[in-house]
Amino acid sequence: MRQSAEVVLRLQVRNHPGVMSHVCGLFARRAFNVEGILCLPVGDATRSTILLLVHDDDRLDQMILQLRKLEDVLEINRAHDAREAFATVRPFLQ
Amino acid sequence: MKRTTGAELIVRLLERQGVTAIAGIPGGCNLPLYDALRASSIRHVLARHEQGAGFIAQGMARVTGQPAVCLGTSGPGATNLLTAIADAKLDSIPLVAITGQVPRAMIGTDAFQEIDTYGLTVPITKHNFLVRSAGELLEVVPEAFRIAASGRPGPVVIDVPKDVQNEGILIDGLPLPGRPDPLPLPRAEDVARAAAMIDAAERPVLLVGAGVIAAGACAALRCIVDKAALPSAATLLGLGALPYDHPRFLGMVGMHAARSTNLALEECDLLVGLGVRFDDRAIGKAAEFCPDARIIHVDIDASELGKIKEPTLAMRADVGATLRALAAAVAPATRPAWNRRIARLRAEHPLVMRAADDPLDPYGIIRHTAAMLSPDAIVTTDVGQHQMWAAQAFPCTRPRQWLTSGGLGTMGFGLPAAIGAALAAPGRTVVCFSGDGSLLMNLQELATAVEENVDVKIVLLNNAHLGLVRQHQELFFGGRYHASRFRTEPDFAAIARGFGARAWDLGDAADPRSTLARALAAPGPVLVNVPIDAAENVYPMVAPGGANREMIGGELHAAER
Ligand SMILES: Cc1ncc(C[n+]2csc(CCOP(=O)(O)OP(=O)(O)O)c2C)c(N)n1
Repeated sequence: MRQSAEVVLRLQVRNHPGVMSHVCGLFARRAFNVEGILCLPVGDATRSTILLLVHDDDRLDQMILQLRKLEDVLEINRAHDAREAFATVRPFLQ
Repeated sequence: MKRTTGAELIVRLLERQGVTAIAGIPGGCNLPLYDALRASSIRHVLARHEQGAGFIAQGMARVTGQPAVCLGTSGPGATNLLTAIADAKLDSIPLVAITGQVPRAMIGTDAFQEIDTYGLTVPITKHNFLVRSAGELLEVVPEAFRIAASGRPGPVVIDVPKDVQNEGILIDGLPLPGRPDPLPLPRAEDVARAAAMIDAAERPVLLVGAGVIAAGACAALRCIVDKAALPSAATLLGLGALPYDHPRFLGMVGMHAARSTNLALEECDLLVGLGVRFDDRAIGKAAEFCPDARIIHVDIDASELGKIKEPTLAMRADVGATLRALAAAVAPATRPAWNRRIARLRAEHPLVMRAADDPLDPYGIIRHTAAMLSPDAIVTTDVGQHQMWAAQAFPCTRPRQWLTSGGLGTMGFGLPAAIGAALAAPGRTVVCFSGDGSLLMNLQELATAVEENVDVKIVLLNNAHLGLVRQHQELFFGGRYHASRFRTEPDFAAIARGFGARAWDLGDAADPRSTLARALAAPGPVLVNVPIDAAENVYPMVAPGGANREMIGGELHAAER
């Protein structure tokens, strides 16, 4: 497997108790490590935004296609601008 | 405004979806739903194990193409359903499983018969719901049917806490039934490019999968196959998309294909994958499958395109619309050289069925049974050697005639699926080819079959072994047999009679042919025990992980040519 840079995925999801297990379960089943997760409700809290920090390896395109199939995932894109979100929270986690 | 309860609401919404029969088992946490079902026009089929209920519903769904429904209670009811749900996921079958759950206030307390059905079903469903109020049902039930039937079909679970079923609610109308989403159409430029690739190919082959049947695209498939003289192979789940005797049909591809089929694919210069997912049992070692071919891959599920084989042209679209457009766009052709080459491969490397006249031979019993059935009969199988022999030898003529567990390969599928098929297609005989290992996995459903008096004929290829396991141990484990032979042999005919079914044993029959004919013509559920030589293997065989060109056995000897 190609050793690779990290990328951030931004997911718009329905906000309910099961959505995290759908998203994280997908990564776990395909043995794809998630390096970092940030999640907050947006707007009227019927939706959330999830930022996932992941390695950009050969399987990432397939992961994105699989994520798109999840009913609770409304939108997904690569978010180059969101890298610093993880830098900002890092002090709180160390 | 009308006053109702969550349970009544579920039943009304199911009726509006057009559901006419449901299979399930009641228990503490779905009793309100069962109480509401009493007053419904929906026929309830009481299974004897929830896995049976799940496969009965699958049988209905596989025959009709419409979502079918199964019910289970919380805890063990839900866990027993899991195998049938997972099976539906891997074979893309529209299934809606409704489970009872402990009351909301008790969720997370390890209450009696509490299990995390939602969590357990995340990886084996297309989508799942834990319903948190009766009002949510107005959205969730139609959504479940929409999701199950849209695009690539699949199973959906609706987990409903008991107090939500009992909850009173005022409603001022019911939502529209959930219907499948509109289908994605192929892009005109892709159709043009695909047609040009097909026209330019010297040695094209179509690979037809379950997606073609799910899309109702078999007429369009025939159109293009005939117009452009395209040799076509099918996956295990694509059988029936073309009739077995169509001159361009090559049979099943893969681990137990005829040699000529795998060899034709080996030689092709263009492979057109239609509603297929390039499963390893079909394509063998992926890197060595169709080594010289450019690939066109058409599928409605974008994540299948490029997952295993990188296509030259990927088309994410409804395969029906795509085939109709392609059939119009390709040039008429006869491909004399390639079809002559195929004919030669088929003459030199056919599927060898030596003793097919003998009703106690594996191929023989399948051929004899097929010859005695009316052409509108439906076939189900269990999993093992008998399944592969049936896939090789049963003359399928129609889509949705052949029901088998492909992706999950679930022993125990055959009998309950046959019951579901018979319920969904009254007036048609359903034959279930089973093995003595598989049949025991859902044998209890014989009681259901007798109770519903369905026209199900179990043809049991009894080798007193887990035959396919024995075959793997013989071929790949140096003949070190372990745990593949049964040391006790149940009297299956007596057992079937004990359930109230009719039964015959071809082992005792003076004239097995006429006994078989009598058994298949008898009304209601029937079991026919057929003793089979335990040393029989399914050939040819590609070793797991091997390339499809490297087949073991099944050669035609020079003297037979
Ligand atoms: C539920 C389940 N357990 C185990 C297996 C593994 N398995 C595949 S084929 C087979 C043997 C099947 O035996 P039988 O039904 O008698 O059919 P035969 O191969 O003898 O025709 C087994 C154990 C399986 N496919 N499904």
